[in-house]
Amino acid sequence: MSSAGVSVGDLGLSGDLGAPADRRPGRGRWRRTPPAAPPPALVAAGRLAGRIGGPALAITYLSLLVLLPLAALFTNAFSGGWSAFWAAVSNPQAVSALQLTLMLSAIVAVVNSIAGLAISFVLVRDDFRGKALVSAVIDLPFALPTVVAGLTLLTLYGVDSPLHVNLAGTRLGVAAALLFVTLPFCVRSVQPVLAELDDEIEDAASSLGASRRQVLVRVILPSVLPSVLAGAGLAFARAIGEYGSIVLISGNLPGKTLLASSYIFGLSQSDDLPGASAVSVVLVAIALLVLMVIGWARRRFEIPETA
Amino acid sequence: MKGSRWRLPLRYMVLLYLALLVLVPVGAVFFHAFSGGLGAAWNGFTAPDALDALLLTLIVVAIAVPLNTIFGVGVSLILARHRFPGAWLLDALVDIPLAISPVVIGLSLILVYGHTGWWGNWLAARGITVIFSVPGIVMASAAVSLPYVVRGVLPVLQEIGTEQEQAARTLGAKPFTVFRRITLPSIRRGLAYGVTLTTARVLGEFGAVSIVAGAFAGKTQTYTLFISQSIDNLKPQSAYVGAVVLCLAALIVLTTLTLTDRNRDAWHGKAAA
Repeated sequence: MSSAGVSVGDLGLSGDLGAPADRRPGRGRWRRTPPAAPPPALVAAGRLAGRIGGPALAITYLSLLVLLPLAALFTNAFSGGWSAFWAAVSNPQAVSALQLTLMLSAIVAVVNSIAGLAISFVLVRDDFRGKALVSAVIDLPFALPTVVAGLTLLTLYGVDSPLHVNLAGTRLGVAAALLFVTLPFCVRSVQPVLAELDDEIEDAASSLGASRRQVLVRVILPSVLPSVLAGAGLAFARAIGEYGSIVLISGNLPGKTLLASSYIFGLSQSDDLPGASAVSVVLVAIALLVLMVIGWARRRFEIPETA
Repeated sequence: MKGSRWRLPLRYMVLLYLALLVLVPVGAVFFHAFSGGLGAAWNGFTAPDALDALLLTLIVVAIAVPLNTIFGVGVSLILARHRFPGAWLLDALVDIPLAISPVVIGLSLILVYGHTGWWGNWLAARGITVIFSVPGIVMASAAVSLPYVVRGVLPVLQEIGTEQEQAARTLGAKPFTVFRRITLPSIRRGLAYGVTLTTARVLGEFGAVSIVAGAFAGKTQTYTLFISQSIDNLKPQSAYVGAVVLCLAALIVLTTLTLTDRNRDAWHGKAAA
């Protein structure tokens, strides 16, 4: 698409310098005549089209799929004015769905940050047979379709649980699904930073008499903390919008396990599009805010972008 | 941490967490899928509605992935090779689908292309159905998987610079030749990484698709919708078999990602070095 656009714009250059290229390197194929230079006006027009055409096509595609729909989302959310928006967002079911979503996502982000830190430690500092397999298991939730993730958890922790642990329709079940899908974020943000950490600083601390505990608390943890928080933020942003993995296990019980995404889905199925849009706008605003803070923190604290 | 008394307990706690959260649940699905024997699993796989759903999903992949690949490579080239006002904005906008709930993306598409949406009348007058139809599924899938190719290719393009391309161009290579012979071979891994993630996402997309599809069996039922509806219709066996198929696809995806990821070496750190 844009490569074609770029090529038109750069035709002039290759036309001007066409002479030396009568032989292609490596192939031994002879080119009979050097390409004729196109007229300057055409070159200028082509160059302009190349500069504008590629970006224009890209923006059009992006607009059709994302920007225009999001504009429609905001317009619909406020189609009845502020009062209608507020009514949709502040009705008890919406409030409880949003509250539950934020609360569970926050808990999940904290739990998986701790787990992610421990897993990173094992992956970086420990060595045992099958470690590569463990590393692959961590990426599995990333590659596995969310609904399959939900089904796997339902199989083990559902009504017919072979472990006799029935989490279907409970908040714990929803949390398990969110833990599953956010796991890679929490590991892959921390692990590279931990791997890059300099042994020498730890050795220096030890040789100066620091205990293992002190090295951990005063040297290692402060260095990885920004990446742990970045991972937690990514996990939180992912969790508040999650739908596929929770839909089977949550049972969508209002006030108990009904999350914001399911609530939005339900409103849209009952044709309350302005209401669904209003709740969506809140969800989108929170996710964008979290990601903007992470982006700012990344630049401020020079956290590598890995997850 | 070598020799620390915490090393082994930590290792086993981590392994237990991963086993309970990921490995055993996935294993349980395999167990259930094949609990009735290989024949029953095969019958579940080849049931007409299952095959219809799989076919639709593959069609969606065949349309959405190439479109997003062209878009992704194009945007990466634009962002890496050209300076223009608003480049940072384009860069940021590409990432938006990562930040937004798939359900919200699906809902937003309905608001433009649905029968009461912005373009609903215009489309209806021309007899075009987008929502509750295949075009809507393709659009939803393409929208959620939009950023992956850019995120795979752009860093590589920025890293390799333009020297080789300029050299080829001064030697008289046509722009497309430069792209095919110089640029494409150098972004190969990043491109494979991005395309694999895109394919995985399109193959497994559920939230965005389920809101725009309406799921009429045989017509707008993708494979993930088939799985969830099999559960709703109390036919768990079909769901398990479908889940196994997508698990196997995920394994292929993981292998490809492992082979194409530039960061992989850094992830394994000193212990592996």
